[in-house]
Amino acid sequence: MSALGPLATRMGDNTLILGHRLSEWCGQAPALEEDIALANTALDLIGQTQMWLGLAAEIAGEGKTADDLAMRRDVWDFRNLLLVERPNVDFAYTTTRQFLFDRWHLPMLDALSRSSEPRVAAIAAKAVKEATYHAERSAELVVALGDGTAESHDRMQAALDALWPYTGEMFIGDDIDAELASEGIAPAPESLRDGWEEAVRTFLADATLSVPDSDFAHRGGRSGARHSEHLGHLLTQMQWLQRAYPDATW
Amino acid sequence: MSNHASHPYPGTKTPEGAPRREWPLWEVFIRGQHGLSHRHVGSLHAADATMAMKNARDVYTRRHEGTSIWVVPSSAVTASSPSAKGPMYEPADSKPYRHPTFFDIPDDVGAM
Repeated sequence: MSALGPLATRMGDNTLILGHRLSEWCGQAPALEEDIALANTALDLIGQTQMWLGLAAEIAGEGKTADDLAMRRDVWDFRNLLLVERPNVDFAYTTTRQFLFDRWHLPMLDALSRSSEPRVAAIAAKAVKEATYHAERSAELVVALGDGTAESHDRMQAALDALWPYTGEMFIGDDIDAELASEGIAPAPESLRDGWEEAVRTFLADATLSVPDSDFAHRGGRSGARHSEHLGHLLTQMQWLQRAYPDATW
Repeated sequence: MSNHASHPYPGTKTPEGAPRREWPLWEVFIRGQHGLSHRHVGSLHAADATMAMKNARDVYTRRHEGTSIWVVPSSAVTASSPSAKGPMYEPADSKPYRHPTFFDIPDDVGAM
């Protein structure tokens, strides 16, 4: 079961990095209600991170904790999707990124809740309730803004065009995924593609947004081979305290 | 909604030159436990009822406060006028006999 650690790390790094990105909106969102909703979502994701990276740390042994993994690794050790490290840019990018991720995250967690590995199933069963709400909320926002004013439509279309090439990575499996799938621990990434695409296309049609006509996929996030420069900048903020004052306590 | 500025984002440009409008205001009622009544907890802005429900969930039930939420457009609330407080409320001041405080309540009845 050598693939279990990488699975927990990938799931936890996705929620950690996206959670941090959303937290960057705190105090700056376009309306108080959105500000609180984004912070809630960020906290949900950080809570899931604690569980996933807690499992990854347990497997790694050597007395490591989830905090060690979150705060003491550098860019090349992260295994999150490139999609979640994309910058916030504006509310349209943030909403679109969340929507594209949530529509993958929800069926992924749903499948993981039936994992043959009980620790994975337990974490997923807890997280899937939060993900259900996130997915519902981000889809409604995509429809509202896509089918909104001329300005909101244009911003949403620009965000979709820019983020679309980062969605393919969610569905490209490697040796780790093959091992996980053969042991019934996690679904093969490819198997989630059709359901994702159908749901995404349905909502995007409602939102009067056109799906980019390209299946080019940036990759290298979940393998760690080629993160974008944005992740490094994110880590300098997120890990600043541990870097400046190692082992600081309250 | 007279306490809200007519132009909520001073100094900002709007696409069509029209004044930028805020989302309508909604009053939020939450029932904390089964058997209790819904209580007014505050208000929020939202474009429609679905969004108001989601916002209410995010703004007012983050700490597990509720089992049920109502959202009502603030425009649907008819409120008493503060200037009418004399005729509305003061006549009740001098009528203590309307309070049922002259009865001895047996101890085993408990809180009433």
